[in-house]
Amino acid sequence: MINLMTGLKERVAGTKPRERHLLLCGGVPCLSLGCRQVKEAVMRELDNYKLSGEIELLEAGCIGNCRLGPTLIVYPEGVVYRRLTVENAKEIIEGHVLGGRLLEHLLHRDDLTNEIQRRREDMPFYRKQQRLVLRNCGVIPPHIESYMSNQGYAALAKALTELSPGQVIEEILRSGLRGRGGGGFPTGRKWQAAREAEGPRKYVICNGDEGDPGAFMDRSIMEGDPHSVLEGMILAGYAVGAGQGYIYVRAEYPLAVRRLEDAIAEARKALLLGNNILRQGFSFDVEIRVGAGAFVCGEETALISSVEGTRGDPSPRPPFPVSKGVWGCPTVINNVETLANIPPIILNGGEWFSRIGTESSKGTKVFALAGKIRHSGLVEVPMGTTLREVIFEIAGGIPDNKEFKAAQTGGPSGGCLTTGHLDLPLDYESLREAGSIIGSGGLIVMDEDTCMVDVARYFSGFNRQESCGKCTTCRIGTKRMLEILEKIAGGRGTEEDLARLESLAELLRNASLCGLGRSAPNPVLSTLRHFRDEYLAHIREKRCPAGVCPDLTRHVIREERCRGCGLCHNICPAGAISKEGRTFRIDPDKCVDCSACVRECPFEAVRGRKRRKELTRA
Amino acid sequence: MKRTAIKRKEKYQELDGVLEKYKGRKGVLIKALSEAQEMYGFLSREVLIHIACELDVPLSEVTSVVSFYSLFKTEPSGRCHIEICSGTACYVKGMQDLLETLEEEINIKPGEVTGDGRFGLSTVNCVGACSAAPVVKIGDELIGDVDSKRLKQLLGKYGHD
Ligand SMILES: Cc1cc2nc3c(=O)[nH]c(=O)nc-3n(C[C@H](O)[C@H](O)[C@H](O)COP(=O)(O)O)c2cc1C
Repeated sequence: MINLMTGLKERVAGTKPRERHLLLCGGVPCLSLGCRQVKEAVMRELDNYKLSGEIELLEAGCIGNCRLGPTLIVYPEGVVYRRLTVENAKEIIEGHVLGGRLLEHLLHRDDLTNEIQRRREDMPFYRKQQRLVLRNCGVIPPHIESYMSNQGYAALAKALTELSPGQVIEEILRSGLRGRGGGGFPTGRKWQAAREAEGPRKYVICNGDEGDPGAFMDRSIMEGDPHSVLEGMILAGYAVGAGQGYIYVRAEYPLAVRRLEDAIAEARKALLLGNNILRQGFSFDVEIRVGAGAFVCGEETALISSVEGTRGDPSPRPPFPVSKGVWGCPTVINNVETLANIPPIILNGGEWFSRIGTESSKGTKVFALAGKIRHSGLVEVPMGTTLREVIFEIAGGIPDNKEFKAAQTGGPSGGCLTTGHLDLPLDYESLREAGSIIGSGGLIVMDEDTCMVDVARYFSGFNRQESCGKCTTCRIGTKRMLEILEKIAGGRGTEEDLARLESLAELLRNASLCGLGRSAPNPVLSTLRHFRDEYLAHIREKRCPAGVCPDLTRHVIREERCRGCGLCHNICPAGAISKEGRTFRIDPDKCVDCSACVRECPFEAVRGRKRRKELTRA
Repeated sequence: MKRTAIKRKEKYQELDGVLEKYKGRKGVLIKALSEAQEMYGFLSREVLIHIACELDVPLSEVTSVVSFYSLFKTEPSGRCHIEICSGTACYVKGMQDLLETLEEEINIKPGEVTGDGRFGLSTVNCVGACSAAPVVKIGDELIGDVDSKRLKQLLGKYGHD
């Protein structure tokens, strides 16, 4: 194995970055906040000072703490400069790189203590994480030489020289790894079944569809550490005896597609893909298949149809893909994060992995935090970490002095967790008991300004739109559910409607063809279970407590924004606005909902009764 | 060959370059359609017929695939195409305000094109930049942390032809 690695390292021999180098976060959120422009500005400054030959500027994948983006890390000190703009490039090069001065105003300060946190290790956001899957994300550039300098492909070399396919599967079984795509099926058992299945050829598919609108860990892994996914796939291929792999990536992730293409080309060149890998007699190649915008294609049978180039219609199981998958051949389908777990397991042993996490859920889980949370981004923690630790200790809690209301996990197939669940250990079983699922790990945090009826309506609208229409239960059931929720949100609901929702949910769960329909009621049932009072307020009092549902919300002036200028008072034709202390107030009995004040206010302080109804998706 | 077929062949020479590599291969229809859309911006009926003929797939199958996937467009968009992300994080952080702003400013709803053909608008299920929500995509550029004011500025910036 040592010889193999040396030979391999010679083939990809890259230069190690010098001690002094700069690392820029090139994740998609940072890109959307202008990191490209910052990068160009830094390169210009390096040129200016004739430093380009000396100091390398590397672009890594997502560093995870998106609130800090765009971010530049100066090595060897590891100092993190955050929220950069083009203007900051000059001062960093002049001040820090040349002058050796720390630029305090560009450093992150603790949300509570205001203490300066210079390096990643100083931030609670990173200190409390255990980064196995994200070991390379945002740490190294997504290229083969960097990957290899961090033990990359050592697991593959070990497997090909020291382990039989059966032993690889045993190691995975021992690790207790379960699928990270939502279902939580034991990966080792899946591989074993595919190994034992009969077929002329076998396939490995990496599911990179990441359909949950609010999850982005798979994207970050594919972009930030594509080789870990490839290595996991090759190992899977070796274990089950497959010769061909497909990575199915959603079209909305063009950067992931590009990074994977580059990685595949690098791996082929290094004899890590293709015929006779590392001259050990095993052949395996990988092709990318790009989706075209259909949530149901994340479901494994639909995904197989899509890989075959047709409509992504799901089909009944059994037969399961492990016996009849792509082109009717035995196929292993695993999620991106599942596969990224494989190399460290093979390298360190299943035993090592099984010591992380809880009794039934081994290893770590990456959560994608977004919504009303201070530090949105990627957080990887051992399974069994509590929701409170993730939201409050790692991600800094809720911004703007608002109250935590709920965390939605599992997206359109999941449910919500409330204040009562804050001390719940996050793992497959306890989330299921709480009426949600761990899902892919998307975790959207909601505060007091979020209406749970509206959230249920949002997900029902999503499921209705994404229902493929093949089975009637799902096609019509999701539509009826949405209609009832719209009725309730519009103040026309009755208490019988709640019972109707529950019986529809039952029907969808039992009679739908695939997981989309079967799990579509989850967001509704879970909000009904935990926030029934809020539904009842909409029904009995015709009131939306969070002030979101347009038909049940009156005009209000947001105190925190009102500057007391009085323009609204002057324009109001109904004389409904009067001064109250420093700010103004609208008398709901006099207000005629004309919205003149909304348009007049220069500070966007008046929250109007919105005309909007259903979210039009097109 | 019929005259119309000859004319079609001439018109779609560029596309044929792409289709050539897919001929006789399994499972490539989605790829071929994506590349054609990339080339022309949308998939006209004529393009679909051409693809069906060249790849020897029934037109009914081609259209069934096109209508299944939301990314395939059969109508042209505006010269500047705006996508508003409708993922959960973007929804919670006010993407509907952005849709309203666009309706007020340029009188356009998702799925429509402005009268002057300048802007087209659609929603997208999630671009995975949830931590910078709400997110807007204009052409190929992704812009995060957008509010109504910023969106209006962007309209000005991208609105010139
Ligand atoms: C409607 C629906 C959507 C799904 N979307 C995804 C997805 O986007 N990504 C994913 O990995 N799995 C998704 N799954 C789960 C897959 O069907 C499959 O179980 C998974 O890819 C298996 O990989 P794992 O065992 O590694 O988790 C979805 C399932 C359903 C029912």
